[in-house]
Amino acid sequence: MDIKVNVRESEGDAYVVDLTGEIDVYTSPKVKDAITELIDQEHYNLVINLEKVRYIDSTGLGVLIGGLKRVREHGGSVNLVCTNPQIKKIFDITGLVKIFGIFDDEQSAMKALV
Amino acid sequence: MNTFTRAPEVSSHGTVELKIPGRAEWVAVARLAVAAVASRLRFSVDEIEDIKLAIAEACTNSIQSAGGEDAGVIEIICDAREDELRVRVRDHSPTAHLEPVKTSGIADDGTEGLGVFLIRALMDTVDYTSDPRSGTELVMTKRVTA
Repeated sequence: MDIKVNVRESEGDAYVVDLTGEIDVYTSPKVKDAITELIDQEHYNLVINLEKVRYIDSTGLGVLIGGLKRVREHGGSVNLVCTNPQIKKIFDITGLVKIFGIFDDEQSAMKALV
Repeated sequence: MNTFTRAPEVSSHGTVELKIPGRAEWVAVARLAVAAVASRLRFSVDEIEDIKLAIAEACTNSIQSAGGEDAGVIEIICDAREDELRVRVRDHSPTAHLEPVKTSGIADDGTEGLGVFLIRALMDTVDYTSDPRSGTELVMTKRVTA
């Protein structure tokens, strides 16, 4: 079980974090490190692409929430790309759909950042 | 859309016991093993995903209660019955660590209790006992609805 993290610059000052694999108590520190590094470099508009994430648990959700809190302190935003019904269900039952912008594709998530 | 697993042709009754080291890298083994047991019953793929997440959250809770360090041995006992799966997750933590439990999702003020909230949301029944000498045992059941 592993998670692959790929960070790339997109339009404007926005960055995209592509995640592939499973996010759990073992792998979430790697995701947290990537997001923290971007924020430390003063990049506050992020799209986190979960399209290739097969599984996420509360520790993974916690990393996303932590990132959102930090960017909001600087007027930034975190939008998510997610099409996996099981993962969308987790965002739904935890109420996180009200906190994150969740989109079906990267283009929409990027457009909504501005 | 729910996709149903093939109905077992032989009895799905049985007990499976697993012990894992109480460390983060072993949680995936627990959730995959329990998913394999659940697939013996007539759960949908979505329901098996629910069970996987609940069991992983229970193991993660044990590890986090140990400060993210080694939580010793975590025991996972699965009782597969005709109409339900009962899973017990035991650790030997001397401290109760399953409360407080949020009941209505989370706001943007924090993630404390999120794992236990998910367990309660995804399983049909959840109970726990905690004893300073024997540790904490979380008992969860998921009923077959198909």
